[in-house]
Amino acid sequence: MPKPLPNKIPMREQTPQERVKNFKEVPFGYTEEEAVIEAKRCLACKKPSCVAGCPVEIDIPGFVSRIAEKDFKGAIKVLKQKNVLPAICGRVCPQEDQCEKVCVLCKKMEPVAIGRLERFAADWEAKSGIVDMPEKKPATGKRVAVVGAGPAGLVFAGDLVQMGHEVTLFEALHKAGGVLVYGIPEFRLPKAIVQREVEYIERLGVKLMTSFVVGNTQTVDELLQEYDAVFLGTGAGLPWFMNLPGENYSGIYSANEYLVRSNLMKAYLFPQYDTPIVRGKRVATIGGGNVAMDSARTALRLGAEKSMIIYRRSKTEMPARIEEVHHAEEEGIQFEFLTLPVKYYGDENGWVKEMECLRMELGEPDASGRRRPINIPGSEFRIPADTVVVAIGQSPNPLIPQTTPDLQVGKHGNIIADEKTGKSTKKGVFAGGDIVTGAATVILAMGAGRIAAKSCDEYLKTGIW
Amino acid sequence: MFKILLKKELAPSIKLFEFDAPLIARKAKPGQFVVLRINEEGERIPLTIADAKKDSGRLVIVFQEVGKSTKLLGTLNVGDAIIDLIGPLGKPSEIEKYGTVVCIGGGVGTPEIYPVARALKQAGNKVISIIGARSKNLLIMEPEMKSVSDELYITTDDGTYVKKGFVTDELKRLISEGVKIDCIFAVGPVIMMKAVTDVTRPYNIKTIVSLNPIMLDATGMCGVCRVEVGGETKFACVDGPEFDGHKVNFDLLVKRLRTYIKDEKESLDLFEKHSAECG
Ligand SMILES: Cc1cc2nc3c(=O)[nH]c(=O)nc-3n(C[C@H](O)[C@H](O)[C@H](O)COP(=O)(O)OP(=O)(O)OC[C@H]3O[C@@H](n4cnc5c(N)ncnc54)[C@H](O)[C@@H]3O)c2cc1C
Ligand SMILES: Cc1cc2nc3c(=O)[nH]c(=O)nc-3n(C[C@H](O)[C@H](O)[C@H](O)COP(=O)(O)OP(=O)(O)OC[C@H]3O[C@@H](n4cnc5c(N)ncnc54)[C@H](O)[C@@H]3O)c2cc1C
Ligand code: SF4
Ligand code: SF4
Ligand code: FES
Repeated sequence: MPKPLPNKIPMREQTPQERVKNFKEVPFGYTEEEAVIEAKRCLACKKPSCVAGCPVEIDIPGFVSRIAEKDFKGAIKVLKQKNVLPAICGRVCPQEDQCEKVCVLCKKMEPVAIGRLERFAADWEAKSGIVDMPEKKPATGKRVAVVGAGPAGLVFAGDLVQMGHEVTLFEALHKAGGVLVYGIPEFRLPKAIVQREVEYIERLGVKLMTSFVVGNTQTVDELLQEYDAVFLGTGAGLPWFMNLPGENYSGIYSANEYLVRSNLMKAYLFPQYDTPIVRGKRVATIGGGNVAMDSARTALRLGAEKSMIIYRRSKTEMPARIEEVHHAEEEGIQFEFLTLPVKYYGDENGWVKEMECLRMELGEPDASGRRRPINIPGSEFRIPADTVVVAIGQSPNPLIPQTTPDLQVGKHGNIIADEKTGKSTKKGVFAGGDIVTGAATVILAMGAGRIAAKSCDEYLKTGIW
Repeated sequence: MFKILLKKELAPSIKLFEFDAPLIARKAKPGQFVVLRINEEGERIPLTIADAKKDSGRLVIVFQEVGKSTKLLGTLNVGDAIIDLIGPLGKPSEIEKYGTVVCIGGGVGTPEIYPVARALKQAGNKVISIIGARSKNLLIMEPEMKSVSDELYITTDDGTYVKKGFVTDELKRLISEGVKIDCIFAVGPVIMMKAVTDVTRPYNIKTIVSLNPIMLDATGMCGVCRVEVGGETKFACVDGPEFDGHKVNFDLLVKRLRTYIKDEKESLDLFEKHSAECG
């Protein structure tokens, strides 16, 4: 066997100068030829370490070798055995921390570009227009309500409907997809792809009810009168603020607001779409995760002259995907590391004008294993900004726990559910995804949906909790 | 899709719609609101539930045409439908037996206070209502308010109907006449609500106001609706919209309401230009 090429086949993409002026997807994806060459880098290990790195244990050598053999249909089939949303995961999984991190090639060279190949196979299927519908088990007569149409809810609903149960999916917003539609921007995950996956789940027979806020329109207990089981996949949608003086000045956004306006409401197309967004000239985004990168890059595309990331630790501690940080740097985002905002100054109309910051230094590692930032006294300085996006994290939305008294929640407001079954503390109610774990990843939410689906199916068959 | 079953013009640029929305109507309580979206390009706008008919599944809203979305809404007719109607949202009013309650409605605040006044009456309170408008032709829902109030007082800014003055003038009169007031609910323009709280503060009369900040999702996930109450930041869509008026930072509310004033004008101008060309 010839020695594999040392580097991943690069994925062609829009140049930074070009892409900051539009919201189109940045990378173009592999051509068939590129995919085949990349797939051939895989050693098809007998004991593939990569599989253990994937939270849903995709048969990675299985699908990659089919791509190498140009059996693209076969590849997608292997993928879909474990992952119903490969077009999405191929794009947004933090592969460098998961499957690709443990690929054997890493010892000597770059790992196999598993994510890019996954994306390739899924896009190939979509382009071919032939999507195989799986076989459905005979109807059981059982009815299940799924709350929240993010990755966890979509996967749970898709699995259960195939098991022969009648499934209704309730979503508070007017579009299904969760963070995939309201949070992650078009230039990273085109909404047409999410729409395609949602339509697929509907074609499987899932009934979708959007604009239905469980807790308000109906409570979980009311749903339980009509349905045999309920799954809660309501995500971590409650934005955190820092409680700083002046934080309520106009022009200061939570990342959720900024991204919902831009993505879900299409404010970047204002006034063709009715929802406005502040098109700031100097935009400061606070945080170091994917949410912060998405916000800062959105700001550029909305016309910012200067888009800054303000992060209290250093580059190595940033939780964002490496690819996103790289893209952000290429696009000219300015990083202010070891910087902590402490106060805002506004003008006479209540608009933010400046933020006061402190410089930080890194101390001992904290509970998360990252070095703890410590502020340097007397290091105050000001950063002028007309728009600020606070992207420091979010926690579970309290609406469902508040309206479901016998549902136990943890100290961060997360719903307590068994990791192996998805069972909550309330009979007939399952939960999974960010609502249980706190803000995590798409693939982990999907994995949780799948685990809960299996145990829900058991419960529906046996009635044993 | 949510169909319009009834349309009424209550006053120039104030319209009432009844929607076919049984799920929401069944759950709606006084003080709650809905969010609606007219079409695919539309924004999400919050409107108070003016009435909910549980048997027929009808949901009533009353709105004033102020910008693009409300003006566009006003062009729809019976039989037309909007794509989204979400609710009921927000915390319901705290309906209790307080004793004597004063319900104050200014402008389109009157239809918003109406279900609250009715519920307070049903709960056994003595309900004194004060409603006001700029002018006679803008005064709405007088008969409805009368039917749920023990006493009803009316003011118009220009004196074209009943009494010239502001709702706060009538409130001051009641207080000075020694009427014992246990609680006040006030809904209307921000300056009116602020003025009411200024009147009642020295007397320490519990005063509940319904805040109307800019909203987006209205389920607690974005924080655009943040208001300051007693020095703390609250999300009006889930923690409110009703708050203790004496603790509300009204100046902040006014400033935040102006965030998109330029865009709102651009959007409206475009809409009016388009309507003129096509109309
Ligand atoms: C901006 C951003 C970028 C991200 N980037 C990445 C990335 O690159 N890679 C990655 O792996 N992860 C990323 N994540 C994290 C990832 O998106 C989440 O971990 C994942 O979406 C969680 O899925 P979920 O199904 O648990 O919840 P969500 O996707 O949050 O979906 C929950 C859904 O439930 C609905 N809901 C909530 N309450 C109710 C209710 N009461 N009634 C009805 N419906 C309700 C919500 O409207 C929402 O649609 C990102 C997150 C954000 C915000
Ligand atoms: C909880 C809640 C309940 C409400 N109930 C009602 C109701 O029952 N009837 C009704 O007519 N209106 C109500 N409003 C106000 C209504 O939502 C706004 O008038 C509407 O969103 C304006 O949309 P627009 O596109 O027509 O105008 P815009 O173009 O958005 O605004 C035009 C003008 O109205 C002002 N404005 C914008 N938003 C608001 C707001 N939220 N409150 C007050 N002024 C605003 C702007 O500053 C601007 O001057 C409510 C608001 C909230 C938050
Ligand atoms: S789903 Fe994610 S972790 Fe699993 S193989 Fe695909 S890219 Fe890797
Ligand atoms: S570990 Fe790497 S080389 Fe081995 S099978 Fe997995 S992807 Fe291929
Ligand atoms: S409107 Fe978004 S949190 Fe209240």
